[in-house]
Amino acid sequence: MTMKRTTGESVFNVVNIVLLGILALLTVYPFLYTVSISMSNAREAARDGLHLVPGDPAMLGRALENLFRFRFTGFRDGLSAYGQGLSLEAYRMVLVNREIIVGYANTLFRTVVGTILTLLATALAAYPLSRPNMPFRKRLTFFVIFTMLFNGGLVPGYLLIRNLGLINSLWVYVLPTLVTAFNVLIMKSFFQSIPESLAESAMIDGANDFSILFRIYLPLSKPVLATVGLWTAVTHWNSWFDGLLFVTDSSKQVLQIILRRIVIENSTEMVEKGIMNPNVLDFTPDTIKAATVVVTILPILFVYPFAQKYFVKGVMLGSVKE
Amino acid sequence: MNSRHRGLLLMFLIPFLLLVVFNYVPMYGIVLAFKDFRMSDGIFGSRWTGLETFRRLFLGPDFLKVLRNTITISVLKLITGFVAPIVLALMLNELRLKRYKLAVQTLSYLPYFFSWVILGGILKLLLSPGGPVNSLLVSLHLGAIPFLTDNTWFIVTLVVTAVWQSVGYGAVIYLAAISGISPTLYEAAMVDGAGRWRQTLHITLPSLVPSMVVLFILSLGGILNAGFDQIYNLYSPVVYRTADIVDTYVLRQMFAMDFSLAAGAGLFKSVVGLALIVGTNIVANRISRGEQGLW
Repeated sequence: MTMKRTTGESVFNVVNIVLLGILALLTVYPFLYTVSISMSNAREAARDGLHLVPGDPAMLGRALENLFRFRFTGFRDGLSAYGQGLSLEAYRMVLVNREIIVGYANTLFRTVVGTILTLLATALAAYPLSRPNMPFRKRLTFFVIFTMLFNGGLVPGYLLIRNLGLINSLWVYVLPTLVTAFNVLIMKSFFQSIPESLAESAMIDGANDFSILFRIYLPLSKPVLATVGLWTAVTHWNSWFDGLLFVTDSSKQVLQIILRRIVIENSTEMVEKGIMNPNVLDFTPDTIKAATVVVTILPILFVYPFAQKYFVKGVMLGSVKE
Repeated sequence: MNSRHRGLLLMFLIPFLLLVVFNYVPMYGIVLAFKDFRMSDGIFGSRWTGLETFRRLFLGPDFLKVLRNTITISVLKLITGFVAPIVLALMLNELRLKRYKLAVQTLSYLPYFFSWVILGGILKLLLSPGGPVNSLLVSLHLGAIPFLTDNTWFIVTLVVTAVWQSVGYGAVIYLAAISGISPTLYEAAMVDGAGRWRQTLHITLPSLVPSMVVLFILSLGGILNAGFDQIYNLYSPVVYRTADIVDTYVLRQMFAMDFSLAAGAGLFKSVVGLALIVGTNIVANRISRGEQGLW
């Protein structure tokens, strides 16, 4: 197929490419800035500027200029001069902080245990609703969907958690969200796409519904398990409101709440500890905040390339009209 | 009922109980809004007060202000959050460089993967008086802007950062719809001499209408959700005048132990949300003769 290109169209093409490039840069800039600040020394972090790279960009530029001109000693000296502007002291303080370590462990717990149990509970809800011979199928499906449309609100939810004795328990992070309508509907529609004959022939062989679900359906459902699982994991990693509301015991707190105290509420505790520690000098409140942010988002960045493949699928599954 | 049914029902039992306990039992708690709730008396023991809570709510100094703020912020976000992903999807669709397109798209939904605690923390560093955005503005002689502490600028910040967080995610849905359009439509249009602009206008855009309707209904149902996570992690008392919303108000009333008032405001919000989503769905069904509603 040949396409006739008018001048107007090629101008549009160039403008479109440039605009989208700028947009992409603007989107990631806040993250670049945070990483840069977190790895700069106190003097560099306090300097005005855009901070696209950690430390002093002029120094880095001079070093690279030497490299391109094949002046290797100049390059080495330039690099070590640039290195003066870098500092990992903020990370050293963040990574030895007890609250952050405990928060990390609790967040890891809710992410792993929460995701596994959510997948299990979701499958147990989705499979019966996907079977044509399920009694009260329509009514039970509505029973699930209704929770999307209406809820009791914050106060009754809080009182329920209190009455169940889940305040300051790690299970408060996991149990309330095990079954959510959205996940159930996604998995149900996937199950419905599996050929009926598979279940029928297994039944003739005497298999019951539990073994059909676990031996036939779930092994065939890896895409939907990955989609729901990854979303659940990211949601757990990011959750903070339940920690704020239901947990006062600092040994049960999640990472996001610790992060919130440091970056949103400006808790200066860690800065004060740093000042009292003669081994750690090269930091500012901002470098500590930035380092805490980086430590929190790192795991998400690791799964991101993997997750985004399923992410698109999940969005599409989710937007399918019931 | 034979044993086959028993197996399925047994399987559904655990999810059923979880939904009852965590989703349906709290619905009973809405009676709190009609009682003078005291922790020591419990939900059952507290005194009935009829509509007293709602009288306090609507005649009190704050709730109407909070409601107005919520709707203002929501409507602004609804418009920008509706248009921006469509524009981004159309722009991405026009990119012929496949790898570049993938790269831009991948970067564009990065912020969607982070909580507003993380994004709020980053934005506070970025938008502070001594931060890079303001130092850039100052060096361009534009003057510093109090993004987070001025009542008007704060709303602008909310709207812009909400687009930043969700535009890439929103665009994915439209790109999926675009990829489902039959290429023969474009070929036929080209034979008729339509350029790319007219193809976009007469083929791409109309085929996105079903997705637009669904997303619009969903966002209209959430009109009283002005974005709790975002606002709670960015606001401060100096911007309460324009940025205090129903959800932040409910939370503060709860922390102040006024459970009945908090429950009343929460119930009001839930009922309005339900009515809006059911209402818009009826309208969408009627206009499209049953083709474009959610159910």
